[in-house]
Amino acid sequence: MDITFVIEKFILVTIIFAISLVIAMYSTYAERKVAAFLQDRLGPDRAGPFGMLQPLADGLKMFMKEEIIPTNSSKWLFMVGPGLAMLTACIGTAVIPWGSAITIGDRIVPLQVADINVGILYIFGVVSLGVYGVMIGGWASNNKYSLLSAIRAASQNISYEIAMGLSIIALLLVTNTMSLKEIVEQQHGWHWNVLYQPLGFIIFIVCSFAETNRAPFDLPECETELIGGYHTEYSSMKLGFYLFAEYINMFVSSAVMATLYFGGYNYPGMDWVLVHAGPVIGPLIGTVVFFMKIFTFIFFFMWVRWTIPRFRYDQLMHLGWKGLIPLAIANIIITGIVIAIIEKF
Amino acid sequence: MEPLTSKKKVLEQKPLTFAERMYLPAIAKGLSITISHLFKKEATIRYPEEQREFSTNFRGMHSLKRDEEGRERCTACGLCALSCPAEAITMIAAERKTEEKALYREEKYAAVYEINMLRCIFCGLCEEACPKEAIYLDGPIVPSDYLRKDFIYGKDKLVEQPLVNK
Repeated sequence: MDITFVIEKFILVTIIFAISLVIAMYSTYAERKVAAFLQDRLGPDRAGPFGMLQPLADGLKMFMKEEIIPTNSSKWLFMVGPGLAMLTACIGTAVIPWGSAITIGDRIVPLQVADINVGILYIFGVVSLGVYGVMIGGWASNNKYSLLSAIRAASQNISYEIAMGLSIIALLLVTNTMSLKEIVEQQHGWHWNVLYQPLGFIIFIVCSFAETNRAPFDLPECETELIGGYHTEYSSMKLGFYLFAEYINMFVSSAVMATLYFGGYNYPGMDWVLVHAGPVIGPLIGTVVFFMKIFTFIFFFMWVRWTIPRFRYDQLMHLGWKGLIPLAIANIIITGIVIAIIEKF
Repeated sequence: MEPLTSKKKVLEQKPLTFAERMYLPAIAKGLSITISHLFKKEATIRYPEEQREFSTNFRGMHSLKRDEEGRERCTACGLCALSCPAEAITMIAAERKTEEKALYREEKYAAVYEINMLRCIFCGLCEEACPKEAIYLDGPIVPSDYLRKDFIYGKDKLVEQPLVNK
Protein backbone atom coordinates (compact mmCIF):
# COMPACT_ATOMS: atom_id res chain seq x y z
CA MET A 1 0.00 0.00 0.00
CA ASP A 2 1.72 3.16 -1.16
CA ILE A 3 1.26 6.62 0.26
CA THR A 4 -0.55 8.00 -2.81
CA PHE A 5 -3.23 5.36 -2.33
CA VAL A 6 -3.83 6.55 1.24
CA ILE A 7 -3.91 10.21 0.17
CA GLU A 8 -6.26 9.43 -2.68
CA LYS A 9 -8.71 7.58 -0.43
CA PHE A 10 -8.44 10.26 2.23
CA ILE A 11 -9.35 12.97 -0.28
CA LEU A 12 -12.21 10.86 -1.62
CA VAL A 13 -13.59 10.19 1.87
CA THR A 14 -13.39 13.87 2.76
CA ILE A 15 -15.17 14.92 -0.42
CA ILE A 16 -17.92 12.33 -0.01
CA PHE A 17 -18.36 13.20 3.65
CA ALA A 18 -18.60 16.91 2.84
CA ILE A 19 -20.99 16.33 -0.04
CA SER A 20 -23.30 14.12 2.01
CA LEU A 21 -23.37 16.68 4.84
CA VAL A 22 -24.10 19.54 2.45
CA ILE A 23 -26.81 17.55 0.72
CA ALA A 24 -28.35 16.62 4.07
CA MET A 25 -28.20 20.29 5.08
CA TYR A 26 -29.90 21.44 1.93
CA SER A 27 -32.39 18.59 2.15
CA THR A 28 -33.88 20.35 5.17
CA TYR A 29 -34.23 23.45 3.02
CA ALA A 30 -35.53 21.46 0.05
CA GLU A 31 -38.03 19.70 2.29
CA ARG A 32 -39.53 23.00 3.36
CA LYS A 33 -39.48 24.40 -0.16
CA VAL A 34 -41.07 21.29 -1.67
CA ALA A 35 -43.68 21.24 1.07
CA ALA A 36 -44.44 24.87 0.36
CA PHE A 37 -44.65 24.51 -3.40
CA LEU A 38 -46.88 21.46 -3.16
CA GLN A 39 -49.19 23.46 -0.90
CA ASP A 40 -49.22 26.63 -3.05
CA ARG A 41 -46.97 28.51 -0.62
CA LEU A 42 -43.54 30.09 -0.92
CA GLY A 43 -41.48 28.48 1.80
CA PRO A 44 -38.48 30.09 3.49
CA ASP A 45 -37.24 32.97 1.33
CA ARG A 46 -35.95 35.59 3.77
CA ALA A 47 -32.46 34.35 4.70
CA GLY A 48 -30.31 35.13 1.68
CA PRO A 49 -31.45 34.91 -1.94
CA PHE A 50 -34.42 32.50 -2.17
CA GLY A 51 -33.77 31.64 1.49
CA MET A 52 -30.59 29.76 0.54
CA LEU A 53 -28.96 30.60 3.88
CA GLN A 54 -31.85 29.14 5.87
CA PRO A 55 -30.02 25.87 6.73
CA LEU A 56 -27.10 27.88 8.15
CA ALA A 57 -29.50 29.92 10.26
CA ASP A 58 -31.17 26.72 11.46
CA GLY A 59 -27.80 25.19 12.31
CA LEU A 60 -26.76 28.29 14.20
CA LYS A 61 -30.03 28.21 16.12
CA MET A 62 -29.42 24.58 17.07
CA PHE A 63 -25.95 25.40 18.41
CA MET A 64 -27.20 28.37 20.41
CA LYS A 65 -29.91 26.40 22.21
CA GLU A 66 -29.43 25.34 25.79
CA GLU A 67 -28.14 21.82 26.16
CA ILE A 68 -30.22 19.82 28.62
CA ILE A 69 -29.32 16.37 29.89
CA PRO A 70 -32.11 14.92 32.06
CA THR A 71 -31.03 14.17 35.62
CA ASN A 72 -32.15 10.56 35.66
CA SER A 73 -30.94 9.65 32.20
CA SER A 74 -27.94 7.43 31.69
CA LYS A 75 -25.66 10.23 30.63
CA TRP A 76 -23.08 8.26 28.69
CA LEU A 77 -25.64 6.55 26.45
CA PHE A 78 -27.61 9.77 26.18
CA MET A 79 -24.59 11.40 24.60
CA VAL A 80 -23.61 8.39 22.50
CA GLY A 81 -27.06 8.03 20.91
CA PRO A 82 -27.03 10.98 18.49
CA GLY A 83 -23.40 10.36 17.58
CA LEU A 84 -24.15 6.76 16.73
CA ALA A 85 -27.15 7.76 14.65
CA MET A 86 -24.96 10.19 12.73
CA LEU A 87 -22.07 7.74 12.36
CA THR A 88 -24.17 4.87 11.02
CA ALA A 89 -25.87 7.26 8.63
CA CYS A 90 -22.53 8.45 7.24
CA ILE A 91 -20.59 5.19 6.87
CA GLY A 92 -23.11 3.81 4.39
CA THR A 93 -21.60 6.03 1.71
CA ALA A 94 -18.29 4.10 1.77
CA VAL A 95 -19.20 1.33 -0.65
CA ILE A 96 -21.33 3.30 -3.09
CA PRO A 97 -19.62 3.71 -6.49
CA TRP A 98 -19.96 7.40 -7.27
CA GLY A 99 -18.62 7.14 -10.79
CA SER A 100 -16.47 5.09 -13.09
CA ALA A 101 -12.70 5.33 -12.61
CA ILE A 102 -10.92 8.55 -13.54
CA THR A 103 -7.59 8.21 -15.39
CA ILE A 104 -5.08 10.86 -14.35
CA GLY A 105 -1.82 10.34 -16.19
CA ASP A 106 -1.11 6.61 -15.81
CA ARG A 107 -3.01 6.37 -12.55
CA ILE A 108 -6.56 5.00 -12.37
CA VAL A 109 -8.57 6.54 -9.55
CA PRO A 110 -11.81 4.71 -8.76
CA LEU A 111 -14.56 6.97 -7.45
CA GLN A 112 -15.46 4.52 -4.73
CA VAL A 113 -13.95 4.37 -1.28
CA ALA A 114 -14.06 0.60 -0.88
CA ASP A 115 -15.04 -1.91 -3.55
CA ILE A 116 -15.76 -4.83 -1.23
CA ASN A 117 -17.26 -7.97 -2.71
CA VAL A 118 -20.12 -8.02 -0.20
CA GLY A 119 -21.14 -4.39 -0.74
CA ILE A 120 -24.85 -5.08 -0.48
CA LEU A 121 -24.43 -6.94 2.81
CA TYR A 122 -22.38 -4.03 4.15
CA ILE A 123 -25.10 -1.53 3.22
CA PHE A 124 -27.64 -3.82 4.78
CA GLY A 125 -25.65 -4.13 7.99
CA VAL A 126 -25.14 -0.38 8.26
CA VAL A 127 -28.82 0.31 7.69
CA SER A 128 -29.70 -2.18 10.45
CA LEU A 129 -27.23 -0.50 12.79
CA GLY A 130 -28.99 2.82 12.17
CA VAL A 131 -31.78 1.88 14.54
CA TYR A 132 -29.32 1.55 17.43
CA GLY A 133 -28.86 5.30 17.61
CA VAL A 134 -32.59 5.70 17.94
CA MET A 135 -32.90 2.83 20.41
CA ILE A 136 -30.07 4.05 22.64
CA GLY A 137 -31.35 7.63 22.58
CA GLY A 138 -34.88 6.56 23.42
CA TRP A 139 -33.78 4.25 26.20
CA ALA A 140 -31.22 6.57 27.76
CA SER A 141 -33.72 9.44 27.99
CA ASN A 142 -35.47 7.63 30.86
CA ASN A 143 -38.79 8.76 29.47
CA LYS A 144 -41.69 6.44 28.75
CA TYR A 145 -42.64 8.21 25.56
CA SER A 146 -39.12 8.16 24.20
CA LEU A 147 -38.84 4.48 25.00
CA LEU A 148 -42.17 3.72 23.30
CA SER A 149 -41.01 5.60 20.26
CA ALA A 150 -37.69 3.75 20.21
CA ILE A 151 -39.51 0.42 20.42
CA ARG A 152 -41.74 1.50 17.55
CA ALA A 153 -38.72 2.42 15.48
CA ALA A 154 -36.97 -0.86 16.26
CA SER A 155 -39.91 -3.13 15.50
CA GLN A 156 -40.69 -1.17 12.34
CA ASN A 157 -37.11 -1.46 11.11
CA ILE A 158 -36.89 -5.16 11.89
CA SER A 159 -40.18 -5.86 10.10
CA TYR A 160 -39.26 -4.00 6.96
CA GLU A 161 -35.68 -5.20 6.85
CA ILE A 162 -36.91 -8.70 6.08
CA ALA A 163 -38.92 -7.64 3.06
CA MET A 164 -36.02 -5.43 1.97
CA GLY A 165 -33.57 -8.32 2.22
CA LEU A 166 -35.89 -10.61 0.29
CA SER A 167 -36.28 -8.07 -2.49
CA ILE A 168 -32.49 -7.81 -2.70
CA ILE A 169 -32.18 -11.61 -2.96
CA ALA A 170 -34.31 -11.47 -6.11
CA LEU A 171 -31.99 -8.76 -7.39
CA LEU A 172 -28.95 -10.92 -6.62
CA LEU A 173 -30.47 -13.74 -8.67
CA VAL A 174 -30.38 -11.37 -11.63
CA THR A 175 -26.95 -9.84 -11.01
CA ASN A 176 -25.04 -12.87 -9.63
CA THR A 177 -22.79 -10.57 -7.59
CA MET A 178 -22.87 -8.66 -4.32
CA SER A 179 -20.30 -6.05 -5.27
CA LEU A 180 -22.01 -2.74 -5.91
CA LYS A 181 -19.34 -1.83 -8.45
CA GLU A 182 -20.07 -4.90 -10.54
CA ILE A 183 -23.82 -4.42 -10.23
CA VAL A 184 -23.43 -0.92 -11.63
CA GLU A 185 -21.12 -2.06 -14.43
CA GLN A 186 -23.72 -4.65 -15.48
CA GLN A 187 -26.32 -1.93 -15.95
CA HIS A 188 -24.32 -0.29 -18.72
CA GLY A 189 -26.25 2.18 -20.87
CA TRP A 190 -29.89 1.72 -20.08
CA HIS A 191 -29.94 -1.96 -18.98
CA TRP A 192 -31.13 -0.84 -15.60
CA ASN A 193 -32.18 -3.43 -13.06
CA VAL A 194 -35.54 -1.76 -12.54
CA LEU A 195 -36.53 -3.10 -15.97
CA TYR A 196 -35.84 -6.66 -14.81
CA GLN A 197 -37.01 -6.25 -11.20
CA PRO A 198 -39.94 -3.79 -11.17
CA LEU A 199 -41.74 -5.54 -8.31
CA GLY A 200 -38.52 -5.88 -6.35
CA PHE A 201 -37.92 -2.17 -6.78
CA ILE A 202 -41.37 -1.26 -5.49
CA ILE A 203 -40.85 -3.47 -2.43
CA PHE A 204 -37.39 -1.99 -1.91
CA ILE A 205 -38.55 1.62 -2.12
CA VAL A 206 -41.45 1.03 0.28
CA CYS A 207 -39.03 -0.59 2.72
CA SER A 208 -36.62 2.33 2.31
CA PHE A 209 -39.36 4.69 3.38
CA ALA A 210 -39.88 2.57 6.50
CA GLU A 211 -36.14 2.22 7.21
CA THR A 212 -35.54 5.95 7.01
CA ASN A 213 -38.58 6.66 9.20
CA ARG A 214 -40.13 8.83 6.53
CA ALA A 215 -43.81 9.45 5.88
CA PRO A 216 -46.01 7.47 5.50
CA PHE A 217 -44.06 5.32 7.98
CA ASP A 218 -42.82 8.08 10.29
CA LEU A 219 -44.34 6.51 13.39
CA PRO A 220 -41.35 6.96 15.72
CA GLU A 221 -42.10 10.68 15.59
CA CYS A 222 -45.57 11.58 16.71
CA GLU A 223 -46.50 14.65 18.70
CA THR A 224 -50.02 13.60 19.60
CA GLU A 225 -49.14 10.13 20.84
CA LEU A 226 -45.53 10.40 21.99
CA ILE A 227 -45.09 14.14 22.75
CA GLY A 228 -42.16 14.17 20.36
CA GLY A 229 -40.61 10.84 19.69
CA TYR A 230 -37.34 9.17 20.62
CA HIS A 231 -35.78 12.64 20.76
CA THR A 232 -38.30 14.20 23.16
CA GLU A 233 -35.63 14.80 25.81
CA TYR A 234 -32.99 16.01 23.40
CA SER A 235 -32.14 19.62 22.75
CA SER A 236 -29.47 21.68 21.07
CA MET A 237 -27.22 20.03 18.51
CA LYS A 238 -27.93 16.54 19.86
CA LEU A 239 -31.46 16.95 18.56
CA GLY A 240 -29.94 18.45 15.44
CA PHE A 241 -27.84 15.32 14.95
CA TYR A 242 -30.89 13.09 15.07
CA LEU A 243 -32.78 15.21 12.58
CA PHE A 244 -29.67 15.49 10.43
CA ALA A 245 -29.05 11.74 10.50
CA GLU A 246 -32.52 11.22 9.11
CA TYR A 247 -31.70 13.33 6.07
CA ILE A 248 -28.34 11.62 5.56
CA ASN A 249 -30.16 8.29 5.72
CA MET A 250 -32.50 9.56 3.06
CA PHE A 251 -29.55 10.57 0.89
CA VAL A 252 -27.79 7.23 1.37
CA SER A 253 -30.88 5.17 0.64
CA SER A 254 -31.55 7.29 -2.45
CA ALA A 255 -28.00 6.58 -3.56
CA VAL A 256 -28.44 2.85 -2.90
CA MET A 257 -31.68 2.76 -4.87
CA ALA A 258 -30.10 4.62 -7.75
CA THR A 259 -27.15 2.22 -7.66
CA LEU A 260 -29.07 -1.03 -7.40
CA TYR A 261 -32.04 -0.36 -9.63
CA PHE A 262 -31.45 2.77 -11.71
CA GLY A 263 -28.02 2.11 -13.12
CA GLY A 264 -25.87 4.26 -10.85
CA TYR A 265 -23.72 6.48 -13.06
CA ASN A 266 -24.87 4.78 -16.28
CA TYR A 267 -27.05 6.61 -18.75
CA PRO A 268 -28.07 6.04 -22.36
CA GLY A 269 -25.41 7.27 -24.77
CA MET A 270 -22.62 7.16 -22.20
CA ASP A 271 -20.13 5.43 -24.53
CA TRP A 272 -20.25 8.30 -27.00
CA VAL A 273 -19.80 10.81 -24.17
CA LEU A 274 -16.90 8.84 -22.66
CA VAL A 275 -15.06 8.79 -25.97
CA HIS A 276 -15.58 12.46 -26.69
CA ALA A 277 -15.26 14.01 -23.21
CA GLY A 278 -11.95 12.44 -22.20
CA PRO A 279 -10.83 10.26 -19.30
CA VAL A 280 -11.53 12.82 -16.52
CA ILE A 281 -14.59 14.79 -17.63
CA GLY A 282 -16.36 11.71 -19.01
CA PRO A 283 -16.62 9.80 -15.71
CA LEU A 284 -17.47 13.03 -13.89
CA ILE A 285 -20.48 13.52 -16.19
CA GLY A 286 -21.54 10.04 -15.09
CA THR A 287 -21.22 11.17 -11.46
CA VAL A 288 -23.38 14.21 -12.19
CA VAL A 289 -26.01 11.93 -13.72
CA PHE A 290 -25.81 9.73 -10.64
CA PHE A 291 -26.40 12.72 -8.38
CA MET A 292 -29.33 13.80 -10.51
CA LYS A 293 -30.86 10.38 -9.96
CA ILE A 294 -30.24 10.72 -6.23
CA PHE A 295 -31.89 14.14 -6.15
CA THR A 296 -34.87 12.76 -8.04
CA PHE A 297 -35.25 10.10 -5.37
CA ILE A 298 -34.89 12.65 -2.58
CA PHE A 299 -37.57 14.74 -4.25
CA PHE A 300 -39.72 11.63 -4.48
CA PHE A 301 -39.26 11.04 -0.74
CA MET A 302 -40.49 14.56 -0.06
CA TRP A 303 -43.24 14.43 -2.63
CA VAL A 304 -44.63 11.28 -0.99
CA ARG A 305 -44.35 12.86 2.44
CA TRP A 306 -46.65 15.70 1.44
CA THR A 307 -49.12 13.40 -0.30
CA ILE A 308 -49.86 10.31 1.75
CA PRO A 309 -51.27 10.24 5.28
CA ARG A 310 -49.37 7.99 7.64
CA PHE A 311 -50.27 4.40 8.41
CA ARG A 312 -51.69 3.36 11.73
CA TYR A 313 -49.28 1.14 13.62
CA ASP A 314 -51.23 -2.08 13.13
CA GLN A 315 -51.66 -1.25 9.46
CA LEU A 316 -47.92 -0.73 9.23
CA MET A 317 -47.23 -4.16 10.69
CA HIS A 318 -49.98 -5.68 8.57
CA LEU A 319 -48.47 -4.22 5.40
CA GLY A 320 -44.98 -5.31 6.36
CA TRP A 321 -45.63 -8.88 7.44
CA LYS A 322 -48.72 -9.87 5.46
CA GLY A 323 -48.20 -7.71 2.39
CA LEU A 324 -44.59 -7.09 1.51
CA ILE A 325 -42.92 -10.28 2.79
CA PRO A 326 -45.19 -12.72 0.84
CA LEU A 327 -44.89 -10.43 -2.17
CA ALA A 328 -41.10 -10.44 -1.91
CA ILE A 329 -41.01 -14.23 -1.60
CA ALA A 330 -43.27 -14.54 -4.64
CA ASN A 331 -40.91 -12.20 -6.46
CA ILE A 332 -37.95 -14.47 -5.65
CA ILE A 333 -39.80 -17.54 -6.87
CA ILE A 334 -40.94 -15.90 -10.11
CA THR A 335 -37.46 -14.50 -10.77
CA GLY A 336 -35.89 -17.91 -10.10
CA ILE A 337 -38.30 -19.69 -12.45
CA VAL A 338 -37.80 -17.14 -15.23
CA ILE A 339 -34.00 -17.33 -14.91
CA ALA A 340 -34.13 -21.14 -14.95
CA ILE A 341 -36.26 -21.13 -18.10
CA ILE A 342 -33.98 -18.61 -19.85
CA GLU A 343 -30.89 -20.66 -19.01
CA LYS A 344 -32.55 -23.87 -20.22
CA PHE A 345 -33.45 -22.55 -23.66
CA MET B 1 -79.22 7.09 25.87
CA GLU B 2 -82.08 7.93 23.57
CA PRO B 3 -81.13 9.42 20.26
CA LEU B 4 -81.72 13.17 20.17
CA THR B 5 -82.93 13.24 16.59
CA SER B 6 -84.96 11.00 14.38
CA LYS B 7 -82.33 11.22 11.68
CA LYS B 8 -80.35 8.10 11.30
CA LYS B 9 -77.53 7.20 8.99
CA VAL B 10 -75.97 3.81 9.23
CA LEU B 11 -72.35 3.86 8.21
CA GLU B 12 -71.38 0.61 6.64
CA GLN B 13 -67.70 -0.06 6.36
CA LYS B 14 -67.12 -2.13 3.28
CA PRO B 15 -63.98 -4.24 3.18
CA LEU B 16 -61.40 -2.90 0.72
CA THR B 17 -61.37 -4.41 -2.72
CA PHE B 18 -58.17 -5.98 -4.02
CA ALA B 19 -57.30 -2.89 -6.08
CA GLU B 20 -57.76 -0.71 -3.01
CA ARG B 21 -55.64 -2.99 -0.87
CA MET B 22 -52.83 -2.62 -3.38
CA TYR B 23 -52.63 1.07 -2.31
CA LEU B 24 -50.52 1.91 -5.35
CA PRO B 25 -53.28 3.21 -7.70
CA ALA B 26 -54.58 5.49 -4.97
CA ILE B 27 -51.04 6.63 -4.16
CA ALA B 28 -50.33 7.39 -7.83
CA LYS B 29 -53.54 9.41 -7.99
CA GLY B 30 -52.60 11.34 -4.87
CA LEU B 31 -49.10 11.99 -6.17
CA SER B 32 -50.48 13.36 -9.43
CA ILE B 33 -52.74 15.73 -7.49
CA THR B 34 -49.92 17.07 -5.34
CA ILE B 35 -47.51 17.45 -8.26
CA SER B 36 -50.12 19.50 -10.12
CA HIS B 37 -49.95 22.01 -7.28
CA LEU B 38 -46.26 22.47 -7.96
CA PHE B 39 -47.19 24.41 -11.08
CA LYS B 40 -49.97 26.49 -9.56
CA LYS B 41 -49.56 30.09 -8.54
CA GLU B 42 -48.77 30.45 -4.85
CA ALA B 43 -51.38 32.16 -2.70
CA THR B 44 -48.84 33.83 -0.43
CA ILE B 45 -48.63 37.62 -0.15
CA ARG B 46 -45.18 38.70 1.05
CA TYR B 47 -46.63 41.04 3.65
CA PRO B 48 -44.33 43.94 4.36
CA GLU B 49 -43.33 44.31 0.71
CA GLU B 50 -46.69 43.44 -0.77
CA GLN B 51 -50.03 44.33 0.73
CA ARG B 52 -53.41 42.89 0.12
CA GLU B 53 -55.76 45.42 -1.45
CA PHE B 54 -58.32 46.76 1.00
CA SER B 55 -62.00 46.93 0.16
CA THR B 56 -63.36 50.43 -0.41
CA ASN B 57 -65.21 50.50 2.91
CA PHE B 58 -62.21 49.33 4.94
CA ARG B 59 -61.93 51.16 8.28
CA GLY B 60 -58.34 51.74 9.34
CA MET B 61 -56.59 54.40 11.39
CA HIS B 62 -58.46 57.63 12.07
CA SER B 63 -57.49 60.90 10.55
CA LEU B 64 -58.66 64.36 11.57
CA LYS B 65 -59.43 66.27 8.39
CA ARG B 66 -58.65 69.78 7.31
CA ASP B 67 -60.84 71.93 5.07
CA GLU B 68 -59.85 73.25 1.66
CA GLU B 69 -57.96 76.16 3.25
CA GLY B 70 -55.97 73.84 5.46
CA ARG B 71 -57.84 74.63 8.70
CA GLU B 72 -58.76 71.86 11.13
CA ARG B 73 -62.43 71.00 10.77
CA CYS B 74 -62.93 69.63 14.29
CA THR B 75 -64.88 71.85 16.60
CA ALA B 76 -64.55 69.68 19.69
CA CYS B 77 -68.28 69.14 20.05
CA GLY B 78 -67.65 65.75 21.66
CA LEU B 79 -70.24 63.86 19.64
CA CYS B 80 -67.65 61.36 18.50
CA ALA B 81 -66.57 60.66 22.07
CA LEU B 82 -70.22 60.33 23.04
CA SER B 83 -71.02 57.94 20.23
CA CYS B 84 -67.95 55.82 20.80
CA PRO B 85 -69.10 52.45 22.23
CA ALA B 86 -65.58 51.61 23.39
CA GLU B 87 -64.98 54.99 25.01
CA ALA B 88 -61.73 55.34 23.16
CA ILE B 89 -61.92 59.08 22.42
CA THR B 90 -61.12 61.89 24.84
CA MET B 91 -60.73 65.55 24.05
CA ILE B 92 -60.18 68.90 25.68
CA ALA B 93 -61.77 71.87 23.96
CA ALA B 94 -60.31 75.37 23.72
CA GLU B 95 -61.44 78.69 22.33
CA ARG B 96 -59.85 79.99 19.18
CA LYS B 97 -57.83 83.19 19.43
CA THR B 98 -58.07 85.80 16.69
CA GLU B 99 -54.57 85.12 15.43
CA GLU B 100 -55.37 81.39 15.09
CA LYS B 101 -58.05 81.95 12.45
CA ALA B 102 -55.94 80.31 9.79
CA LEU B 103 -55.52 77.18 11.91
CA TYR B 104 -59.02 76.28 13.03
CA ARG B 105 -62.25 76.63 11.08
CA GLU B 106 -64.66 76.99 13.99
CA GLU B 107 -64.47 79.24 17.04
CA LYS B 108 -63.92 76.24 19.26
CA TYR B 109 -61.32 73.61 18.61
CA ALA B 110 -59.82 70.49 20.18
CA ALA B 111 -56.67 71.40 22.07
CA VAL B 112 -56.13 67.76 22.95
CA TYR B 113 -57.66 64.94 20.95
CA GLU B 114 -56.67 61.41 21.90
CA ILE B 115 -57.80 58.03 20.65
CA ASN B 116 -56.75 54.91 22.49
CA MET B 117 -56.10 52.48 19.67
CA LEU B 118 -56.24 49.50 22.03
CA ARG B 119 -59.80 50.41 22.98
CA CYS B 120 -61.00 51.37 19.54
CA ILE B 121 -63.02 48.69 17.77
CA PHE B 122 -63.04 50.46 14.40
CA CYS B 123 -66.83 50.49 14.23
CA GLY B 124 -66.95 53.83 12.46
CA LEU B 125 -69.62 55.38 14.69
CA CYS B 126 -67.45 58.47 15.34
CA GLU B 127 -67.28 58.98 11.61
CA GLU B 128 -71.07 58.83 11.38
CA ALA B 129 -71.65 61.04 14.41
CA CYS B 130 -69.36 63.87 13.33
CA PRO B 131 -71.39 66.89 12.11
CA LYS B 132 -68.33 68.65 10.67
CA GLU B 133 -66.97 65.75 8.59
CA ALA B 134 -63.79 66.05 10.60
CA ILE B 135 -62.96 62.42 11.36
CA TYR B 136 -62.62 59.55 8.94
CA LEU B 137 -61.29 56.02 9.41
CA ASP B 138 -59.48 56.02 6.08
CA GLY B 139 -55.93 55.28 7.19
CA PRO B 140 -53.82 52.13 7.08
CA ILE B 141 -53.74 49.34 9.68
CA VAL B 142 -52.66 50.67 13.08
CA PRO B 143 -49.10 49.45 13.56
CA SER B 144 -48.07 47.32 16.50
CA ASP B 145 -46.02 48.64 19.40
CA TYR B 146 -44.50 47.51 22.68
CA LEU B 147 -46.06 49.76 25.35
CA ARG B 148 -49.67 50.48 26.11
CA LYS B 149 -49.04 54.19 26.43
CA ASP B 150 -47.78 54.32 22.87
CA PHE B 151 -51.17 53.29 21.59
CA ILE B 152 -52.79 56.51 22.76
CA TYR B 153 -52.64 58.55 19.59
CA GLY B 154 -52.69 62.32 19.97
CA LYS B 155 -53.23 65.05 17.45
CA ASP B 156 -49.65 64.70 16.23
CA LYS B 157 -50.49 61.34 14.72
CA LEU B 158 -54.15 61.90 13.88
CA VAL B 159 -54.37 65.29 12.16
CA GLU B 160 -53.97 65.25 8.41
CA GLN B 161 -50.81 66.76 7.01
CA PRO B 162 -51.34 70.45 6.10
CA LEU B 163 -51.95 71.20 2.45
CA VAL B 164 -48.90 72.23 0.55
CA ASN B 165 -49.36 75.83 -0.69
CA LYS B 166 -48.76 76.22 -4.36
